[in-house]
Amino acid sequence: MKISWWKILSIVLLAYAIIGGLLLPVPALPQLGETIRNLYFHVCMWFAMMILFTFSVAYSIKYLRTSSFQYDIKAKAYADVGTFMGLLGYSTGAIWASYTWADPNNPAYASFGSIMREPKLIGAAMALLIYGAYFVLRSSIIDMDQRARVSAVFNIFSYTMLFPSIWIIPRLLPSLHPGQEGNPALNFNDIDSRMRMVFYPAVIGWTLLGAWITNIKIRTEMIREKNIL
Amino acid sequence: MKIKLMIFLLLITVNSLVAQTTAIENETMASTMRSNGKIYVVVAVVTTILIGLIAYMFRVEKKIRSIENDLKK
Repeated sequence: MKISWWKILSIVLLAYAIIGGLLLPVPALPQLGETIRNLYFHVCMWFAMMILFTFSVAYSIKYLRTSSFQYDIKAKAYADVGTFMGLLGYSTGAIWASYTWADPNNPAYASFGSIMREPKLIGAAMALLIYGAYFVLRSSIIDMDQRARVSAVFNIFSYTMLFPSIWIIPRLLPSLHPGQEGNPALNFNDIDSRMRMVFYPAVIGWTLLGAWITNIKIRTEMIREKNIL
Repeated sequence: MKIKLMIFLLLITVNSLVAQTTAIENETMASTMRSNGKIYVVVAVVTTILIGLIAYMFRVEKKIRSIENDLKK
């Protein structure tokens, strides 16, 4: 069995991200403690999501230009796995926040109330719900060409909504979430260089794993739709 | 099915071997797995999950490749 180089790279980088991410030294910060290591996992989910969504919108545009049905399949698969990564990012963020943002002296629901008002969380939920609407839209149109065309246009809309809702709006409002004054984890001044050594490979590794899953989804769909391709 | 079972059995044996060695070394309280607040246990757990995931990815990959080859014929 021949394995593509990028699948191997994904395995190697993920192994490095997990072993290095758990064992290599990190800066000792108040409140965060060891949970700063979540940068290699939680943040990577969001980065992988954004990269996969970028592929998805690129294939949607390609579909609109060529009307070739295979691009519709690809756009859908990338959006699918991207949303999945986003949901993983959301749930890991919920776990992380409950141990760093929530005040253990208050009853859980009191902290929950203020955490749920976080603009970054609401923005991320919005973005994911818009992508949810993309899938609802897709499944509600029976005619194949129409479905591909309408959902390609909606996909472009979802992508343009993604960045305002997870990057721009949360920055205009006060938030506990890091990244208020710049690009969290990308800014060279606010990430420790030791962490950068693991973080960037981790982003690439998780993204490649997402691309691998997408690759398998696309091939399954291609087989299923082999009569019309 | 057979391969799945084999991987499962392999994981169990590896697991019990690791457990045995740590149990023996427990008396000195200095084994790797028990140092540094037992962080290596977490590393072992997460790595096992990663290996399992990757193995599963390869299985799906193999399956879909065989279907693709059947279609080509």
